[in-house]
Amino acid sequence: MTIALEPAVHGDKVSLLRVLGPAHVWALGVGIVLVGEFTGWNFAADKGGALAALIVCWVVGLLYTSVAMIDSEVTSTVAAAGGQYAQAKHIVGPLMAFNVALFLVFAYTMLEVSDAILLGDTIVAKAGVEGLNHNAFIAATIVTLAWLNYRGVLMTLNVNFVITAVAYVSIVILFFSVSPWTQGAVLKLNELVTPGNALPYGWIGVIAAFQFGIWYYLGIEGTTQAAEEVRSPARSLPYGTMAGMITLLIAAAMTWYVCASMMPWEYLGTTYYPLWDAAKLTGSPLLENLLFIATLLAALASANGCINDAARAWFSLGRDRYLPSWFAAVHPKYRTPYRSILFLLPIALAFAFIADLNQAITFSILSGVLQYTFMSINIMMFRKKWPLGSIRRGYTHPFHPLPAIVLFCLCVVTFFAIFLGFGSQLIAMVAFYFLISLWFHFYRYKFVRRGAQFTMPWPKPQGY
Amino acid sequence: MSRYTPPEQSKAGQVFDIAVVVVAIFVALWLPLKLGLAGAAKSIDALDAKTWEALGQNPTMASIWEKLGYTPETAHDIIQNRFHYFIDWPTLIIMAAVLIGYFIFLFRASDREYRDVINEKFDDK
Repeated sequence: MTIALEPAVHGDKVSLLRVLGPAHVWALGVGIVLVGEFTGWNFAADKGGALAALIVCWVVGLLYTSVAMIDSEVTSTVAAAGGQYAQAKHIVGPLMAFNVALFLVFAYTMLEVSDAILLGDTIVAKAGVEGLNHNAFIAATIVTLAWLNYRGVLMTLNVNFVITAVAYVSIVILFFSVSPWTQGAVLKLNELVTPGNALPYGWIGVIAAFQFGIWYYLGIEGTTQAAEEVRSPARSLPYGTMAGMITLLIAAAMTWYVCASMMPWEYLGTTYYPLWDAAKLTGSPLLENLLFIATLLAALASANGCINDAARAWFSLGRDRYLPSWFAAVHPKYRTPYRSILFLLPIALAFAFIADLNQAITFSILSGVLQYTFMSINIMMFRKKWPLGSIRRGYTHPFHPLPAIVLFCLCVVTFFAIFLGFGSQLIAMVAFYFLISLWFHFYRYKFVRRGAQFTMPWPKPQGY
Repeated sequence: MSRYTPPEQSKAGQVFDIAVVVVAIFVALWLPLKLGLAGAAKSIDALDAKTWEALGQNPTMASIWEKLGYTPETAHDIIQNRFHYFIDWPTLIIMAAVLIGYFIFLFRASDREYRDVINEKFDDK
């Protein structure tokens, strides 16, 4: 399937470059997400206990499998930069598209902030120097990665592929180093997760744990942001996304098993470095250093992918005039959305300095769950407006509408989980989205061309 | 249907809109932090006796805590810092109403805008 590219506005007749293959798509998706194994998922143990963290690992895995299936179908058909934003624009309408782009920008920017904080804190913890502050490491990380993104997507994702692979292999090495087939020597699951403490808050703790269970996989849907830069979107996007999801399910299971077998759940639920701590507890300096480096690499890969994705979502908003078209410029030499990259840089820096890790993670999760709720309704509308056979799809996901229903139900449960402990934050965020939507609908939309927003070569949707 | 021609936005207008978005982002993300609305709703259930047994830690757990550099005193605030889940129905109802109202507005307003898009796009042909 070939997609006609729109020229960038503002006189810059330059488009994004089609240079990526399935491995880059995998690297983009897994690179963003893998940091979730190194920190964040374990806060699910804090909310519900170690067993709750395992239950949500699998149930939320189901949620993301639904996301990957749905996303693969829609993205292989609506292959445009902005991913879910472009989908919303063609299927639901402009206001929804504006909101979806903001979900993406917030989810990825706050994830980038979380990554930078993790990286800074990890270096400070390793250095063990009194008075050493993480701010310099955070600033260096965000600025360097923004520069890398400014210089070009191929280099950016090549770097991501290498560092993601190294970080992933480190989890596998740790897993096999602790003799996972034997209990009692290194792993002591039976003594750490007992009938008395497996679910310390009961089943409501399991539901509450959904909030951070999202962190095992948050961002895998980011593969779609590269749609305009992939050589063969119909093949590469579903393949890269589904391969990424399988990779992450395996990593999540290994991570839980090792960490829950080595730390009491109260510690596991609050540490910022569960895998690095597990490596320390093995007593092996080699493993400890390997997991220290892997934690840094995972944070770097994630932040790198997040800058890539957030900038493309912001770029798309400018290109369609949902925001000032100044943002839509493509760099004449590097072919990247450089103004969007530069604009988001100080915002990420500012929040990296004022928010702490689990607050930044919660901001990101909130925007992610709002987006998944949209996706579950979006696929229903997509199939209704363009039934199978009416347009060419690169991939058709099976069992429709079951994945959409599962996704929607799990989103409702996750909203309830966020309410349990973080309800005020949820209401504040939704109030923001509501107010900015009023601004867009009643003011900003007058600057937007109408028919020109619909760029897919499709027939008129049914019912219109 | 006649083609809609949007007004050209002046540079000052573009700068103003960018400023609005930046301010909105900072208010949405920074204000909850400033007002103390962000973060987990947890509290410490303090214990008088600070021993591994009183903290519910078996010998294996205690040995791991010690390996991590903790004593019962220093681990107390981590172990006893707990969520206290209860369903505050009025807040839950407000949250549900805000969420549902938001999505209803999104879909209805989007649909109105979408019809204009489709009419202009396909009436041209």
